[in-house]
Amino acid sequence: MAMPQAATAPGPDSPGSELGDVIIEMKKVNKWYGTFHVLHDVDLQVRRGERIVICGPSGSGKSTLIRCLNQLEEHQQGEIVVDGVTLNAHMPRIDVVRREIGMVFQSFNLFPHLTALENCMLAPMKVRGLSREEAERIARTYLERVHIPEQAGKFPVQLSGGQQQRVAIARSLCMNPKIMLFDEATSALDPEMVNEVLDVMVSLAESGMTMLVVTHEMGFARRVADRVIFMDAGEIVESAPPSQFFANPQNERTRQFLGQILSGNRTPAPA
Amino acid sequence: MAYQFEFADVFAYWPELLRGALHTLVLSGLAMVIGMVVAVLGALGKTSGPRWLQWILDAYIEVIRNTPFLIQIFMIYFGLPAAGVRLSSETAALLALVVNVGAYGIEIIRAGIESISKGQIEAGKSLGLRPLQIFRYIILKPSIQAIYPSLTSQFILLMLNSSVCSAIAAGELTAAAGDIQSRNFRSFEVYFVVTCMYFAMSVLFWGAFAAIERAWLRKPSLR
Ligand SMILES: Nc1ncnc2c1ncn2[C@@H]1O[C@H](COP(=O)(O)OP(=O)(O)OP(=O)(O)O)[C@@H](O)[C@H]1O
Ligand SMILES: [Mg+2]
Repeated sequence: MAMPQAATAPGPDSPGSELGDVIIEMKKVNKWYGTFHVLHDVDLQVRRGERIVICGPSGSGKSTLIRCLNQLEEHQQGEIVVDGVTLNAHMPRIDVVRREIGMVFQSFNLFPHLTALENCMLAPMKVRGLSREEAERIARTYLERVHIPEQAGKFPVQLSGGQQQRVAIARSLCMNPKIMLFDEATSALDPEMVNEVLDVMVSLAESGMTMLVVTHEMGFARRVADRVIFMDAGEIVESAPPSQFFANPQNERTRQFLGQILSGNRTPAPA
Repeated sequence: MAYQFEFADVFAYWPELLRGALHTLVLSGLAMVIGMVVAVLGALGKTSGPRWLQWILDAYIEVIRNTPFLIQIFMIYFGLPAAGVRLSSETAALLALVVNVGAYGIEIIRAGIESISKGQIEAGKSLGLRPLQIFRYIILKPSIQAIYPSLTSQFILLMLNSSVCSAIAAGELTAAAGDIQSRNFRSFEVYFVVTCMYFAMSVLFWGAFAAIERAWLRKPSLR
């Protein structure tokens, strides 16, 4: 059940060398909502163990992009291959792909009628077919890893936002996923709870998990990302290691965006 | 000459009244349980079934909600034999109650299902749960919680409506009352006692519904 460990903890500026084979491949992906063209010829390759931060202005298609990876949204053109499986909207067993991809939402989406522990046990039992005892053991392990073992018996309404989001992360990890997607996981949190969730995400990143993280927390990007991707109007405009991305952005739109976001950023970059 | 109340004449028939009340309880209880199954499956069909099924369910719901219950009973008891299905008055009464409460129940539970946020379903999908698992483990219980007061009110109405089944002599409390008052001519006393008995049965059901809510709806629930 151990998470895959990277051989060495790669620094943020050393992408590539320690990373594994390609786990996600998007080729010329296009998506429309009705007549609205949300994703334009998106090309993206993610390697096993890679940590990618996606940023960009509101409405640029960041959520849509990562939601295509587990087909919560379908794409109309191009190819998406996840861990060797080519995705399309009509595949009969999309659930088999989804169970290997954890997803954390801005609005937590914990199941209100289940305790924190049961939220974590549901999928391992019903999807993986684990026994109740085994599922509970795993659930407790991950609740501990997100630092809230003592909240196991509580219902979501009894938890703070930060605690709920950490349960949601634990719930995904209990499926032992190969990839974790985060869609603005800290955006709905009160400022004092942002760090407790970011800390969990950082330690997950350090454990070697493949992660795609949509966030405006540039401190997080600097600290753990192998690559930062900037999207605008449905296109990937820039993709570079954080040092280069922040110090020397190539595209004018990236420069503008960084100018705005860094002047108003909530969390300072860690030293 | 003032009317002389004579309840002793009614209590002489106590065993018959009790038998009628028990009959009402069993008939309504069964109709609630079976009606609940119809309502849940129907709501599932209406929210995510194929078009043709949704159309059939719509027709069923509209017909039942826009016709008198008494006529529905007559259709089942006197109408079905024309189609070769002959039911005892008890079975016909149960079927009529199930068909009736099912139609209202589908709409109530559908409203509950629609109150569940899209995010809940997306969370379930992301974890790799399949559509029926999402319905069963994620949607169903919070949906019922959301509409529990309407659902239980509908069930109480069902129990009260079961008195209409006396029209086909289904042997429940109202039929027993009719029988007794035709023999002792004490209609006021009989119906007064029967009113109290219906009220007591309502209280009994409300109590049961509250107990179910405490035991099932508010408790951890993963099996
Ligand atoms: N279901 C939908 N139907 C129609 N349009 C949609 C739908 N979902 C998103 N859009 C539109 O697609 C565009 C991209 O949306 P998306 O949610 O991917 O943006 P985003 O980059 O995640 O933005 P934000 O930072 O606000 O979350 C937006 O203009 C949005 O209005
Ligand atoms: Mg978004």
